[in-house]
Amino acid sequence: MNFIKRSVLLLTFFGVAVSSFSVSVQASDANAGQDSLYHDLGGQAGIEAIVDGFITEISFDQEIYPFFKDSNISRLREKLIEQFCMLSNGPCEYTGDSMQDVHRGMNITSGQFNRTVELLQASMDKNNISFPLQNRLIKLLAPMRPDIYKR
Amino acid sequence: MLKPLFSIVVVTLLTAASIPNVLADSRLLATSGVTQVEGSAGGGLVPWALISGYADEGEWSLGAFHTSTDVDDFRLKVDGVNVSYDNRVEFSAALQGFEIKGVAGDIRQEVYGAKVRLTGDAIYTEVPQISAGLQYKRLIDPAIADAVGAEASDSGVDLYLTATKVHLGLIGGYHFLWNATLRATKANQLGLLGYGGDEESSYQLMPEVSALVLLNDGFAVGAEYRKKPNNLSAFKEDSFSDVFIAWFPNKNVNLTLAYADLGSIAGSKDQTGFYFSLGTYFH
Repeated sequence: MNFIKRSVLLLTFFGVAVSSFSVSVQASDANAGQDSLYHDLGGQAGIEAIVDGFITEISFDQEIYPFFKDSNISRLREKLIEQFCMLSNGPCEYTGDSMQDVHRGMNITSGQFNRTVELLQASMDKNNISFPLQNRLIKLLAPMRPDIYKR
Repeated sequence: MLKPLFSIVVVTLLTAASIPNVLADSRLLATSGVTQVEGSAGGGLVPWALISGYADEGEWSLGAFHTSTDVDDFRLKVDGVNVSYDNRVEFSAALQGFEIKGVAGDIRQEVYGAKVRLTGDAIYTEVPQISAGLQYKRLIDPAIADAVGAEASDSGVDLYLTATKVHLGLIGGYHFLWNATLRATKANQLGLLGYGGDEESSYQLMPEVSALVLLNDGFAVGAEYRKKPNNLSAFKEDSFSDVFIAWFPNKNVNLTLAYADLGSIAGSKDQTGFYFSLGTYFH
């Protein structure tokens, strides 16, 4: 009977321990180099493949495609690559408009936001990006939601 | 025999939610949680702040579940349905059948649940998702509750406040979810042995916690702990705990297998065994 209670405690401690560990990993991510998410995602080529796949998934999605049908796709591709590269500590700078400006007036719903997350996940699946690596990128993108949702 | 109100409620909920084109699944995989023993979205034992199904803003969700727990001297089978709207409110109806080894006659209890999300989003906001809920419990077979000395054997209400938070990629890149629930209850063994007793007959606050890690391919592993009152001096009651593995292959179905420690029940000690649950959502 104590086995299960110990497991609960263990899991909780494990969570806390690993969360402090992941803080230190993030700190080292700031130094870029070989340990960065950018590197783990396959560098520039890996990120380009993820973005290309993402745009393909969007173009097949009847709910999300309408938001992009009048976009300049080559500019979208370039800015997404810059953004993912910069976020993952790659050697890039995002030169596009702010997330707030880009999404103003679109009135994007929570469901549409989630659908777009799923399309990005689908692209990463197809590019054989592991689930933990996918999660690390999603984690960096998730804080942008307030600038995108219902703007 | 008393006809369970359960069947009437189930038909009503199914009819209300089967209006075409309102059922949808815009939330992310696994954010439905699974279904706990009293029919609320949660873990297996603990209600969570998550709202049942995958309905997001303006959408409806309709789900059904079956749970079977098999410990040494008892079996608990639970069937039920849940309806949610707007990722905001959840209604559930569950029928529990509690079978006792060597006793002819089950104890049946109906549980009607309501939950409202008060604030936060488990994934996207800094603050946890926080919900408040109630579970109205009605004992169809009160004879054993009367026999063990329960103060009330007709019905009882549990009230709870619950917080759930998902930390993205926290553990080696895997998402970590924790939940903390505080329940005000008088129930003896979930209410199956009535409500209140000689030792204690008023509401008490009971903490309940869960933690899990979401692994690859929709698998999750975790553990839960649920403290329970000890109202009957003749029948000591222990806390519940379990370790579980859940699988969310898609947004239509989830499966949970747990090893549960239910402690002492109605004088039988160390009741441990397997728990299995199937949840489905229609959209």
